[in-house]
Amino acid sequence: MTEIFGIPLAAILGQLMLGLVNGAFYALLSLGLAVIFGLMGVVNFAHGAFYALGSFAALVGMQRLGIGYWPGLLLAPLAVGLLGMLIERLWLRRLYGLDPLYGLLLTFGVALIIEGVLQQVFGASGQSYPVPDGLQGVVNLGFMFLPRYRAWVIVASLAVCFGTWFLIERTRLGARLRAARENAPLLQSFGVNVPLLLTLTYGGGVALAALAGVLAAPVILVTPHMGQSLVTVVFAVVVIGGMGSILGAIASGLLLGLIEGLTKVIYPEASNIVVFLIMALVLIVRPAGLFGRE
Amino acid sequence: MNIRKTALGLLLTAAVLAGSRPAAAADPEVVIGDIDDLSGNYADVMGAGGVEAIKMAIADFGGTVLGRKISVLVTDHQNKPDVGASKFREWADQSGLNMVVGGSNSGVSIAMAKVAAAKKVPFFAIGAGGSSLTNEDCTAYTVHYVYDTTALANGTATQIVANGGKTWFYLTADYAFGTQLQTAAAKVVEAHGGKNLGAVRVPLGAADFSSFLLQAQTSGAKVLGLANAGGDFSNSLKSANEFGITKTMQPAALLAFITNIHGLGLQTAQGLYLTTAWYWDMDADSRAFAKRYFEKMHVEPTMDQAGAYSATMTYLAAVKAVGTTDGDKVMAQLKRAKIDDMFTKGGYIRADGVMVHKMFVMQVKTPQESKYPWDYYKLIKVMAGEEAYGPITGACPLAPK
Repeated sequence: MTEIFGIPLAAILGQLMLGLVNGAFYALLSLGLAVIFGLMGVVNFAHGAFYALGSFAALVGMQRLGIGYWPGLLLAPLAVGLLGMLIERLWLRRLYGLDPLYGLLLTFGVALIIEGVLQQVFGASGQSYPVPDGLQGVVNLGFMFLPRYRAWVIVASLAVCFGTWFLIERTRLGARLRAARENAPLLQSFGVNVPLLLTLTYGGGVALAALAGVLAAPVILVTPHMGQSLVTVVFAVVVIGGMGSILGAIASGLLLGLIEGLTKVIYPEASNIVVFLIMALVLIVRPAGLFGRE
Repeated sequence: MNIRKTALGLLLTAAVLAGSRPAAAADPEVVIGDIDDLSGNYADVMGAGGVEAIKMAIADFGGTVLGRKISVLVTDHQNKPDVGASKFREWADQSGLNMVVGGSNSGVSIAMAKVAAAKKVPFFAIGAGGSSLTNEDCTAYTVHYVYDTTALANGTATQIVANGGKTWFYLTADYAFGTQLQTAAAKVVEAHGGKNLGAVRVPLGAADFSSFLLQAQTSGAKVLGLANAGGDFSNSLKSANEFGITKTMQPAALLAFITNIHGLGLQTAQGLYLTTAWYWDMDADSRAFAKRYFEKMHVEPTMDQAGAYSATMTYLAAVKAVGTTDGDKVMAQLKRAKIDDMFTKGGYIRADGVMVHKMFVMQVKTPQESKYPWDYYKLIKVMAGEEAYGPITGACPLAPK
């Protein structure tokens, strides 16, 4: 078998493939964060909690209401997104003029409440969400067996990432959203309902987190804390990509998934810090991030 | 998430302290402390259910001992050794602490055992697995009550090697408990003529296990040794199933709780061998306890929750027998007494602090075999205490070989 630095090529390819799957999750989650930060200037600490909430929404929908995976993929993010909009209307909106720290504190508190309630209701040890029919089983890629579901995750995530990027960078609505960030009073004077735009933006970003949660539900155990380990990595991804850069969030999400995958072959113990090492390096060399504008 | 957990811990502690501050009376209360992970990965293993079990024990004991009221202090150690140890010290110095029930996490328990020795407070390690608690890290005040890494490995690994699973690869949680569990299992595998082909150390609470599992698969080993616990255990087993690894490798649960099996579902967990100190559906006594517990918590108790109940009872009985809460006298009595209750029959506490008692090798039922809710295990083998815990190693200075 071909080897590179004493590691079989098949192992490296396999890890890169899995890295791509993880990268797809990172991209989807950091995308939501980047949208919220880039268009609203809010550091959304509740992102991991909304991710968990998305998973639980799908789970409860299936157990109590008999809603399957495919409708759940649409309905759960919608429900969580509506909750996000409610939170924006009730609380977040009051903090816009203030130091970003206030928004951070508020969303941090929201995360505590959501995770606490989930733990109270569902317990900490988690529940299983079945892999949907039709996506069960594995595909033989020659160098590894890839579960069909994971392949679907990559496809779905890339499609959503591209769609979101297109919406924000290439459409009229996206142009308005960006204009709201640049100069809200001016935009408002043209008759655009800026507060509504902001509510929709937060709801959209939160829905992206919930969508990632639904996608992840069949892959990992659904627990109230499932977002915690992920969200710290995702924040690092956003910083590496450049705070608020949509393209940066997507690209660096995928890239870091791949790098992390390689680390797991070469030196597994370092796999949970490699992202932060890269973040430190990027902050030293390019403080604005790989895709950020000064 | 440091700030978050600290804040939560402080709040909980404050709430509990406010509720049960010993009154300034002539007869001080007998104070039992429960230091556990109440909000993280292991919160269902003992956690709030453990608190309930301790309270049930106190109520069953009559609420008082030596004419003194029995009270409970509870705190969340957040899986941080410094938090657990400093809370233990604070209670010993300020709250008249008499005994501590230690929850999950070996790293935290090792740190707390040192405080127990300094303060001469009996310390019942329930959720911690690391057998170093009664070896290199042993103290005269530590009782290791429910299981240790030696007993867990002796149960599961012996069974699987005997069934022909000779080559092993380990997925190991990268901290004291995981490495000790792996070492113990590797020893058993070798002693029975098997071979250890390698291990990968996985950071605690990793978000994705598939990469590590792929490495296990390329090792060519027949058995996948899961030297981890809690959410890590469940997630690694779930991924192993998804990637079809369980078709070529047999997974071995070195520490699994009934709540894990419940969360995974029998479809995923069926056929798994595991070792347990207690199972709710074992006999009339265990079922009676489980029934009362279920009414309060709406889940069946884990072996740790049953162990927390039993440990509290055992401690209170020893206090009653010697007529004092003096740590040395109570420990001497504990090491003389036999333990016969719903948790175990004929258990005893050895010089090194191990509570030697029967252990059970179980296999998880298939969905077809399971007849009623929480009907998850079938008994494969009963191990006598001596067989499970092995001889005194001599690593603990209190207990020469």
